Amino acid sequence: MGSSMTRGDIENLATDFYGLLESFKHAPLYHISFEIFLVLAVIWLVVFRKPRPIEKKLTEKEKQDLIDEWQPEPLVPSVDPNHPALNVRVLDGIVGKTVEIDGKKSLNFATFNFLNFVGNQRIADKAIQAVQKYGVGSCGPRGFYGTIDIHLELEERLARFFQCEEGIIYSYGFSTIASIIPAYSKRNDILFVDEGVHYAIQKGVEASRSHVKWFRHNDINDLERLLAEQEVLDKKIPKKARSIRRFLIIEGLYVNYGDICPLPRMVELKYKYKYRIFMDESVSFGTIGQAGRGVTEYYSIDRQKIDLISSTLEYAAGSIGGFAVGSSFVVDHQRLSAQGYCFSASLPPLLAAAAIEALNIMEEDNTLLFETIMEKSKRLHKKLLSIKGYIISGDEISPLKHIRLTHAFNTIGRLEEIVQFAQTRDITITVARYLNDEHLLPEPSIRLILNVEMTDEELEFLCAVLQEALVKVTT
Amino acid sequence: MIDTNVLTVSENMKIDKNNYKYNTTNILNHEDDLQCEEFEETPLYAAVLTYIGYAILCLFGWLRDFMRQSNIEKKRGAIDPNASLDFVPLYQSYESFYTRNMYTRVRDIFNRPITSVPGPQFELAERVSDDYNWTYRFTGKTISAINLGSYNYLGFAERTGSCATDAIDAIKSYGIATCSTNSEIGTQFYHVELEQLLAKFLGVESCIAFGMGFATNALNLPVLASKGDLILSDELNHCSLILGIRLSGACYQTYAHNDINDLEKKLRVAIVQGHPRTNRPWKKIIIVVEGVYSMEGSICRLPQLIELKKKYKAYLYMDEAHSIGAMGKSGRGIVDYFNLNTDDVDILMGTFTKSFGSAGGYIAGKKSLIDHIRVNSHANTYASSMSAPIVQQIISSLHVLNCPEGKNRISQLADNTRYFRQKLMNMGFIVYGNKNSPVVPMLLYLPARVTRFNREMLRRGIAVVTVGFPATKLLESRVRFCISAAHTRQMLDTTLAAIDEVGTELSLRYSTRYQHRRLKDI
Repeated sequence: MGSSMTRGDIENLATDFYGLLESFKHAPLYHISFEIFLVLAVIWLVVFRKPRPIEKKLTEKEKQDLIDEWQPEPLVPSVDPNHPALNVRVLDGIVGKTVEIDGKKSLNFATFNFLNFVGNQRIADKAIQAVQKYGVGSCGPRGFYGTIDIHLELEERLARFFQCEEGIIYSYGFSTIASIIPAYSKRNDILFVDEGVHYAIQKGVEASRSHVKWFRHNDINDLERLLAEQEVLDKKIPKKARSIRRFLIIEGLYVNYGDICPLPRMVELKYKYKYRIFMDESVSFGTIGQAGRGVTEYYSIDRQKIDLISSTLEYAAGSIGGFAVGSSFVVDHQRLSAQGYCFSASLPPLLAAAAIEALNIMEEDNTLLFETIMEKSKRLHKKLLSIKGYIISGDEISPLKHIRLTHAFNTIGRLEEIVQFAQTRDITITVARYLNDEHLLPEPSIRLILNVEMTDEELEFLCAVLQEALVKVTT
Repeated sequence: MIDTNVLTVSENMKIDKNNYKYNTTNILNHEDDLQCEEFEETPLYAAVLTYIGYAILCLFGWLRDFMRQSNIEKKRGAIDPNASLDFVPLYQSYESFYTRNMYTRVRDIFNRPITSVPGPQFELAERVSDDYNWTYRFTGKTISAINLGSYNYLGFAERTGSCATDAIDAIKSYGIATCSTNSEIGTQFYHVELEQLLAKFLGVESCIAFGMGFATNALNLPVLASKGDLILSDELNHCSLILGIRLSGACYQTYAHNDINDLEKKLRVAIVQGHPRTNRPWKKIIIVVEGVYSMEGSICRLPQLIELKKKYKAYLYMDEAHSIGAMGKSGRGIVDYFNLNTDDVDILMGTFTKSFGSAGGYIAGKKSLIDHIRVNSHANTYASSMSAPIVQQIISSLHVLNCPEGKNRISQLADNTRYFRQKLMNMGFIVYGNKNSPVVPMLLYLPARVTRFNREMLRRGIAVVTVGFPATKLLESRVRFCISAAHTRQMLDTTLAAIDEVGTELSLRYSTRYQHRRLKDI
């Protein structure tokens, strides 16, 4: 209990305080303003000013010492000389239905030669004619005399094939989708991307610097969940949400898994949540659908509902390059904004001529070729399923399948052994190669690709060899 | 300490817009000055007129946009199929202001289709527009023109001759494509042959080739640099290099174009301070330059760069897209041009499109570097391997370059370049760049003169490439001539006469260093 305040003390305090106030009234103005300024300065120093870090100033000698001492890392780390990329099989001759390795011919189930256009005489003749007319290279980008009339013809033919307004071609398959995505989607936009897309799409997504929302591979419910979450966020910032573009990036038939995307439901959701669909049909061009027009034909969906379909000429068409088709409104933008189109040399004319001839063959045949490949894919799928010990991944109509060993066994080493064994029995297959920095590294697998000209006996032989290999590896 | 004693100013030096004083002590046994470059200052009246020109274009652009908005003028161009459905617009209208109102006016000078081999003389498809360049129709006729726009430095764009025949044989023996990647089952003997031949040609240990030059930069820089590294890149580097640098995740800074002092300053600061935020030392520093800069015509200062990189233990990446085959006594690029040691440049990159008449790119260097790239490159693992006729064209042209015929082409290119540049400068036009670079940019400045020049030259049967904003700075629109070994003296004279005529008509003689003269007076 402190000393109690007596009435006298309180009176003294009050008098002092009253005296203080009186002195304020009598003090000159400059005095008061100076005092107020001091008080404000103290408040500002305490509340607002952050302490500045003390800058260290180095002497010239210290700087030179730092420079002399600094040791960089070696330019590249050492690499394992046994890495498969450094020990590839070297082929000779035409890589068609059969390939020649070390002088021996073997059946080819490893290259993306779905329609067996590699080595096709008609295509080779047209390419030779193109060399005799245009030479080999195009010597310039599209904007500066690199546009050759054969490019315009190819673009028109592709647009006609897909029944779209306009087409655009690129000189490299990888760069196609990797240049397209950053041309439309910028920093503030949102991309909904399937986790299982291939590497080129991942690079395109990375280059665009947009917000990426990955959804589980082919899981439409996961996509809906993400879309619903985004809708909730949009309601909070309605004005800004009016300027954020949204895109759905998917593949028609996934290279890494062999399965087809659930397109009908995705198109429904498109009109509900207002996003645009960019679909990469690299594998499904020329292999799926009654006339080879891809997944949209397979599901009988109006192609105008897909904003942009991109694909490659390097698989079914048997040439080099890539392309995109869609409405003029969407496609024309790329002619000024897609880096891989504007700043790169155009496709060599002989490759464009080869692609045009491939399109001719596809259109002439109309449905027979594509019915055949779908039929054979189904048959191969059934045969593969009958081999116990392999897990087959991929739709039954997909000409591209991944086979893996049962879970505990599935290592790259064992798969390589299977591949080597198959090579000794004159079957060429390959382990699917990926880089370690994929967004979702697929499980190791052997990628089997069906060539439309494979006969039933040859498919049987493939399955027999795979069966034998399995026995050899698991014992 | 930056050694200013080395950089002395002599009376013959000209102060240009880069204010660069160059070091001549490293040139060995050469009569000419290999680094002699000029970038004359923009004359004031040209700058003012150019700004006025763009301002007028903007005003008219806003007027037209307003008229289109209020439906006084018909809206042209394609319409969004999703327009009425409440989607977020795909393009912001301000982003495409330039496309609608400036680019479309002059669209006919770009993307001109050709109907023949892009040799020294070619055929253009004639096209007319009835609605001010919104749509075109082809008349079916062709225009014959001298080609000063295609990258055909050594004249390998031919449809007859040994290279074309070899390419045709390759199609017969190997088909067009392999449909597989290099790391899986797409490697053929001709790929291996190409890489070995190219390594021998360049004088390096090893080499790897890819199907696209742009992708070679964009997909392989991320393999060489990563987070924790610093990349110092020249401010005028090509966008494929910039994309590769961005994708790599490394920090990057730009230094003033070809300015060794600025680069040295930045190197010193970088090594002393480390990462700007964490102050950790950099894992490694890579300097990225180009051999010949395609818009400026300048050549990188390789002797000084090598000296600098050795002093500060940095690595050097040189993109020789335009200089391989075109520069140097035996066409081996800038290293050959300066007579230096190939080992001093850590990573040599180049393309096959320009001097070899083919397509694709390569990276060359030590075996450990190339092995690392082979294992980790995006292009090697995911992109299809190169097509057989394309590879054969490169192999054949490399064989030609090793023969006397190849030496003839190289010296013919050097002759043509010097002759053309000298004549242009003597007439009083502003020409940028090194006097040995086959890329000859001539400044036009005003946007209206740029388009008029292009159209007038085509009327006289000469196809040129004119570039403006945004490929160049706003003020510095130019015409870029690409000289070829296949150009005859007569073609060059025809061109010079046409430039003389058009230049007089449009008052394009801006130079204050050289007298303005007519061609007949030189």
